[in-house]
Amino acid sequence: MRRLFESDPGGKVLLAVLAALTVLVPLANLAVPDDSPLHLSTYAVTLIGKYLCFAMLAMALDLIWGYCGILSLGHGAFFALGGYAMGMYLMRQIGDRGVYGHPELPDFMVFLNWQELPWYWLGFDQFWFAMLMVMAVPGLLAFVFGWLAFRSRVSGVYLSIMTQALTYALMLAFFRNEMGFGGNNGLTDFKDILGMNLQSDGVRAGLFVASAAALAGTYLLCRFIVGSKLGRVATAVRDSQDRVRFIGYRVERFQVWMFVVSAVLAGIAGALYVPQVGIINPSEFHPLSSIELVVWVALGGRGTLYGAALGAVVVNYAKTVLTGAMPEVWLFALGALFVAVTLALPAGLVGLVKRFASTRGESGIRDGRLQGSPLRVARRLLGK
Amino acid sequence: MPDTPQRGSSVATPELRRSQFLERERVWDFLIERPSRAELVDTDHGYILYVEELTVSFDGFKALDNLTLYIETGELRCIIGPNGAGKTTMMDVITGKTRPDYGSVFYGQRLDLTRLPEAEIATLGIGRKFQKPTVFENHTPQANLELAMAANKRVWPTLLRRLSGEQQDRIEEVLGVVGLGSHAVRGADTLAGALSHGEKQWLEIGMLLMQNPLVLLVDEPVAGMTRQESELTGELLVSLAGEHSVVVVEHDMDFVRSIARQVTVLHEGRVLAEGSFDAVQDDARVREVYLGTEGS
Repeated sequence: MRRLFESDPGGKVLLAVLAALTVLVPLANLAVPDDSPLHLSTYAVTLIGKYLCFAMLAMALDLIWGYCGILSLGHGAFFALGGYAMGMYLMRQIGDRGVYGHPELPDFMVFLNWQELPWYWLGFDQFWFAMLMVMAVPGLLAFVFGWLAFRSRVSGVYLSIMTQALTYALMLAFFRNEMGFGGNNGLTDFKDILGMNLQSDGVRAGLFVASAAALAGTYLLCRFIVGSKLGRVATAVRDSQDRVRFIGYRVERFQVWMFVVSAVLAGIAGALYVPQVGIINPSEFHPLSSIELVVWVALGGRGTLYGAALGAVVVNYAKTVLTGAMPEVWLFALGALFVAVTLALPAGLVGLVKRFASTRGESGIRDGRLQGSPLRVARRLLGK
Repeated sequence: MPDTPQRGSSVATPELRRSQFLERERVWDFLIERPSRAELVDTDHGYILYVEELTVSFDGFKALDNLTLYIETGELRCIIGPNGAGKTTMMDVITGKTRPDYGSVFYGQRLDLTRLPEAEIATLGIGRKFQKPTVFENHTPQANLELAMAANKRVWPTLLRRLSGEQQDRIEEVLGVVGLGSHAVRGADTLAGALSHGEKQWLEIGMLLMQNPLVLLVDEPVAGMTRQESELTGELLVSLAGEHSVVVVEHDMDFVRSIARQVTVLHEGRVLAEGSFDAVQDDARVREVYLGTEGS
């Protein structure tokens, strides 16, 4: 454990922040009285919890993009599949309290005049089974897709396009009512989780803590993987696939392994996301979501893991603020952000901070102040 | 040309066994102890590579045309030839990157390399250095060697592998052999990307050595090197021959003269001449197609 963090200040910061959030957020929400300025509304708790799920998803993408050179433009698909698996469990938890009061069938199935539960909904009334599916379904899809793609040595932009097509195809499929996943309305109106009211503050706080813990666990797992010899092989695959092959590694197996691990993590993130936002629908499969996810990672700084988490939180916070204030501006802002990051910040925010830290003490910063004209300071920070 | 060496019939490797999946009375792979490399690579007859009647064409162009070539165990063989003579294609076939239209490459007397995947060929002990130095630039030289080291290279063992002290020593030893010992490398954190061109070439040779190869295929090792670096490289390759069989593809005639004992000249995908450097140099056909144009 100690070896994991020897030269990882960013990781220490991330874990410290998560530990603090785990204690302070539920405390500020549950223990501090409503009228106190320190009180955190349940809405805010849920919002931060949502950011943490996105951070986990971004980290999963960074694991394969930053460390193995696999740019997946369809990673939202694994997130959504994990979310659907959780959503199915939550639907079964509603029981006979639906609008139509059917003891077993969810409302949309009654509406479609279905007589019985489709086979693939069986077992989802069990929490353990649903959790298994949260990991197994994205993992299996990633395995089949990855095995076919990497065995044929598809890589680079072709792979990105295929992942994009994958998530688009899934979106179209899930839009169909016949699929049995609620069509374009998706799954919603959840009531309970593990028999506890999903709307209660306690459950909300519990979900928040679970998300923070999952993010910390994801970080530790990914850090362990990239710090292992396998991580070094993965980076080598990113940089020079042929060389790796000719020193005796089956490159495609390493790629598939990384891809599956990443997909499972994305699935878990989706499963934590759904009970907090209270809905899962096919728009989660939209290619645009997956591209946005790539922007989070790029902005934070790819190949650092904690950078991906930072990018996810920053972009989503900006999204929350901007779509509230000026909804029509958001997409332009996102596009501009992507261009700016690509041109000016190839190493992302993390790279900026690192450069800031390394110029400190040399010539850039003295007594805590930036020296030189603003233009020169900017140049120095951007490394030009 | 040497007499055609004898070779036994091929027996199934684990990989071949898999292709014979449907045969009856078959013993499952996992029940069989995996034969060791020494058992698989049978060099009783003194030859380690039997390249026979290789033909490879790309869109009608014959890169290799009925190429036959034998490499003795432990020899240092130089292969020369003008551009397009098929030198690199030959290496591609031996290492499994390209599949031939016709012909076979036997490694020892039993293993047909044309049916094995690249990674398997590499683990069986054929190391290849690319024309352009290819090292993992974002890793330290030590990590480069660690990755190349002979080990179980499946996914899970790789995840859990830790370096033992012995392996650490082996890495340092090989760094010393290729001239990148502690005095040469600028600090433990120096990435391979920061090495000079020549040092990268040597590091790549070091990576081959870490695999404990029986055969080293070295493509243009001194391209872009200074004279001094070339000399060091020559010494290194000569010292490796004997324990390993070394096949060097090179353009630089001075370099070839300085290291070669046995030279094979390729032209238009075929062997044009074979023999000592002087004999080959005096060959009229060789002078015509190759040496004449070099002006030597």
